[in-house]
Amino acid sequence: MTLSDKLFKEEERAAYKLRELYRKYGYLQYKVSKFEEYDLYARNKSFLVSDKLLTFTDTNGKLMALKPDVTLSIIKNVVANEKSSYKVYYDEKVYRTTTSGDGFREIMQTGLESIGAIDSFSQSEVIMLAMRSLENISEDYILDISNMKLLEGLFESAGIDASLMSEILSLIGSKNISAIKSFCRREGVSVDAEDRICQFASCYMPIENALEEIKPLLVGEKMLSAYSELCELYEILKLYGSTEKLYVDFSIVNDMNYYDGIIFKGFINGIFDSVLSGGRYDRLMEKLGKKMGAIGFAVYLDRLERFGAENDAYEVDALLLYDDSAEAKDIISAVRKLGADGKTVRVLNTLDKSISYKMLAVIRKGGLEILEEND
Amino acid sequence: MKKMINIALPKGRLGEKAYAMFEAAGYECPSIKEESRKLIFENAEKGVRYFWVKPSDVVIYVERGAADIGIAGKDIILEYSPDIYELLDLEMGKCRMAVAAKKDFVDHRDKTLRVATKFPNIAKSYYNKQSREIDIIKLNGSIELAPILGLSDVIVDIVETGKTLYENDLEPKADIVDISARLVSNKVSHKFKNEEINEISARLEKILLAKKA
Repeated sequence: MTLSDKLFKEEERAAYKLRELYRKYGYLQYKVSKFEEYDLYARNKSFLVSDKLLTFTDTNGKLMALKPDVTLSIIKNVVANEKSSYKVYYDEKVYRTTTSGDGFREIMQTGLESIGAIDSFSQSEVIMLAMRSLENISEDYILDISNMKLLEGLFESAGIDASLMSEILSLIGSKNISAIKSFCRREGVSVDAEDRICQFASCYMPIENALEEIKPLLVGEKMLSAYSELCELYEILKLYGSTEKLYVDFSIVNDMNYYDGIIFKGFINGIFDSVLSGGRYDRLMEKLGKKMGAIGFAVYLDRLERFGAENDAYEVDALLLYDDSAEAKDIISAVRKLGADGKTVRVLNTLDKSISYKMLAVIRKGGLEILEEND
Repeated sequence: MKKMINIALPKGRLGEKAYAMFEAAGYECPSIKEESRKLIFENAEKGVRYFWVKPSDVVIYVERGAADIGIAGKDIILEYSPDIYELLDLEMGKCRMAVAAKKDFVDHRDKTLRVATKFPNIAKSYYNKQSREIDIIKLNGSIELAPILGLSDVIVDIVETGKTLYENDLEPKADIVDISARLVSNKVSHKFKNEEINEISARLEKILLAKKA
C-alpha cells in the first residue's frame, strides 16, 4: 500500500527524507532518552539556545531536565578519538521555551554530528549534507557560511581587545555599519582596519565571488589559514555539484566560546527564521574534556509548520448520509465508489454541519444520490 | 523579475518624513497621500508596498517577516532588541534617551531609585551598568507626571528639545544614548530579496550623502 502524500505534515515528510539522506551517507541513528541530568546543561548553559530548562526530580532525588538539545548528550557519550571518527544522526523531540518566553514547547529536531578525526573532506561532507537537507525541504534555499577564525584574525589584526569581541560580533551580526564605525573610532582602530571590518560586515555573495572579494583583505597568518580552509571547502563542494546556493555571510555569528572555525545557517524562502544551524565546535569538545574535532548541524523541523501546501478547503471529500432503510452492503459499495482515488468519505446517519465537505451524498432506495457538490 | 518589497512605516511625523525620503529615492506611491481608509499602498511598477503601523510595532513586523524592511527609531530597537539587520542611520528624528528629574532632585545612593519609563529594558541596562538597584515603574504615556506627583524619583524618556521638561520644573540629568531613525531589514528577506533591498538602501544612502554635502 502506498501512502497518500496528504497524510504527512510538511515537517514529518521532511524528517523521513532527511533520515534517508543521512543513512545513505553511512550516518547511524543515535537514539537518546528524553531526559538527562540537569548538571550537564547547567555547566554548558550558553551553548543552549535558551537557558531555561524543564526540570524535575528523579526517584533517587537527582535533578533531571527534559532535553533542550541533543548534541550535548551525544558528545557526552561519544566513544571516538582523534584517529577514529564517529558519524551519527538523530531525530528527536526537544523541550525549549518559545521566543516570546511563555512556557515550554516540544520541538521536532533532526540533525547530525561528525566527531573525531575531522579533516577538510569530512567537513565538506557535513556541509554538503546540510545543503542537501535544505534542498529536500525546498529548492529555494540558501546556506550561509562563515568562518569564526577569519573574524577572530580580522579583529586581532585590527588590534581589538579580546574582551570586546562579543560587542563587535553583535554589531557585525546586525550589519550595523554606522555603529561599527563609531566602535572603531572609540577604540582607536585604524581607518584601514575599520574599512576592512565594514567590508566583512556587509559581505553577502555566493562563495565563488566572496572568495575573490575578501582575498585582498587578508592580514596575518590566522586570516590566511582560515581563508584557505574556506577555499578548500569550496573546491571539494564543487566536486559534489552546485555551489551557487552557498553564500558567504559573516553576520551569522555564533558563540565564540563553543564554536570556532566554520559555521553555517540555512534558510528557506518563505520561512522567516533559520531552519538549519551548525558549525565546528571543537571548543565545546575541549570544555567537556574531549580533545578532538567535531562538526554538526540541527534542522528545526517545527519551523516548517506553516510552510508548503495550503490546508485543504474541505475537511472531507464526501459526506455520505444514510437512514434506517439503507442496507449495510449498499453503504459499503457507496463508500467504495466515493472513496476511489484516495478520496476521504465520512459516513453519518444524521447531517453534521460542523464538518466542511466537498460533496454531500445520500443512500436512497439502495442507490447513491448526490445532493450537493461544492468546488 | 523584480520582487515586491513590503515596507513598514511608523505612523506619525517620522514616518511621513521617511516616506518623503523613499519618494525622493524613486520609490513613490501616490495613493499613500490620498485620504482613504486603505491600510496598504502599493506601486507595483516600482516594486514597493507601504503600510503604516504603530512605531513600536515596526520591529515586530520586520522581525517576523511581514515587512521586509521598515523604519524604526533606535529607541525601539534598543528596547526590544529584535533579531534584524540595522542597515542605515537615516539621521532624522534625532533626539536622545535621557534621565530626567525635578530640578532640585538629589540622588541618594543609599535608596533604591524609582524609575518611571516607557522603556524598561533600556532603563534596566543603563542602571545595571552602574550596579544601581532600581524599581521600574512602566508607564505608557505622560511620563513627566511621575516625578511631579512623587510616583518616581526620576524618569527615563526621550528628550528632543527639553521644552516639556523645563515647563514642568524638570530637567535632564544624564544622557543615555543618542536616538535617530534607522532603516531595518528582516534577515531572511535580506537574503532572498538581496538585490532589491540593497538597491533601496544604496539610494537612500545617496540622498543622505547629498544632504551632507
